[in-house]
Amino acid sequence: MTHLDTEIKILKSSVMSMWLMVVDQLEKAEKAITKKDKDLAKEIKSKEKRVDAYELKINMDCENILALFSPVAVDLRFVLASMKINYNLERIGDYAKSISDYTEEMSNHFDKKLYQAIGIPQMFALSFTMLNDAFRAFENDDPQLLRSIFQLDNDLDKLNDKADDIICEWIQVNPKDAKDALYLHSIVKKLERVGDQAKNIATEIIFHTEAKMLHHKKKKKILKELDHDQTTGEAPK
Amino acid sequence: MKENKKQKTEILTAVKSDFIAQSINLNLFYGDFHALKNINFEVQKNTVAALIGPSGCGKSTFLRLFNRMNDLIDNVKISGKVLLNGQDVYDKKLDVDELRKKVGMVFQKPNPFPKSIYENVAYGLRVNGINDKDYLDEKVKTSLVQAALWGEVKDNLKKSAFELSGGQQQRLCIARALAISPELVLMDEPASALDPISTAKIEELIYELKKDYTIIIVTHNMQQAGRVSDFTSFFYMGELVEAGTTKQMFTSPKDIKTQNYITGRFG
Repeated sequence: MTHLDTEIKILKSSVMSMWLMVVDQLEKAEKAITKKDKDLAKEIKSKEKRVDAYELKINMDCENILALFSPVAVDLRFVLASMKINYNLERIGDYAKSISDYTEEMSNHFDKKLYQAIGIPQMFALSFTMLNDAFRAFENDDPQLLRSIFQLDNDLDKLNDKADDIICEWIQVNPKDAKDALYLHSIVKKLERVGDQAKNIATEIIFHTEAKMLHHKKKKKILKELDHDQTTGEAPK
Repeated sequence: MKENKKQKTEILTAVKSDFIAQSINLNLFYGDFHALKNINFEVQKNTVAALIGPSGCGKSTFLRLFNRMNDLIDNVKISGKVLLNGQDVYDKKLDVDELRKKVGMVFQKPNPFPKSIYENVAYGLRVNGINDKDYLDEKVKTSLVQAALWGEVKDNLKKSAFELSGGQQQRLCIARALAISPELVLMDEPASALDPISTAKIEELIYELKKDYTIIIVTHNMQQAGRVSDFTSFFYMGELVEAGTTKQMFTSPKDIKTQNYITGRFG
């Protein structure tokens, strides 16, 4: 193994640690809201600083590899993708913190039925599946494991769209608790953004493994590209 | 017969194109050793083409085809075509001295003549029968300016070339190659014996020179190929494995062998 290989292995391991830390933050954010656990919400806020510090460390590692090893081809793409994934993960960490902020602000008697009706539990579940699939794709350099993510992101978007109407109707009937409803609405928006970040991560993994820039492309086009690679049996570059 | 017809068509197409230097179905043997295998290659005018590959892959042999330097080696057999501006470099009627006036060459180690700075640059012109002092003065100055050396030597043109530093000597050799106004400049690892500052100057110079010249450069330095060239060709065991724009070759090479070489995993 070359020196560069070793550095890249360390970088990959750091990104995976950051990933697990961020998913843990999001899991705790869900737990804090369902159990109305404000102490847990505070814990998330304090751990957010660790996520930020990890982001800076990974950025510095990437900078060092670029400066000292001048990587090219697949190595260059890996470092560039890692830098962006690092940013995407940090944003997800921010969303977990925002959700915990809302949890702290919400009253203890917020309507659990509304929480269920607007699909927040499903949105959390979809977000975790997307992040988990992307994690396995990143770990194994296997873009085929990303296929589900683009469909799941559509599902998240649909839940997000539906939530607006449900919340509007609910506020009209329960104007006194409008504030709680608005906090839940904000949580929905944050989870929708988690899906977007997971999708961005997926396109970075495709960029690294397949040398294809599919950012801002439609789901159909991305899946077509993944199909093409599977049928041609192209070696990952 | 069919093959010949195909080859003729390819050559005609080549002549019409914008390529200044080309090889078509080029094979080269050193005795029984097949050193270059069916190489199809082309360079556009006013671009820099880098040839990369591990030692012994054939890139320097290939470079030397364009000024027929391989003629000096025994037992060399060549088939296929090497074209300079559409003209067959290996045409039996071609005057090799005339060819070498059109193709300048810069070697790995600076090789100035044991003469003054002025006479080194004027050498090629004098050999070609040009002795008009005003013309020579002008041409020496222009060539030294183009080689980014004029500022450093203009007051000492009579000084021996050997008194210059290694980097200056190499730029002097470049000035010498430019003095004959070549159509193509060949560079065989021109900065490999130089320190980083001199290397940077040579690289900057190559970048500037492509406005007026076409350059083919052999280099073992991947970053250098990335910095100075527009197109890169990867040679391996006598074959041209992959050629493309330098950006494409260094970000998303198509062949796994190219990738392994440029990322330092073999070679």
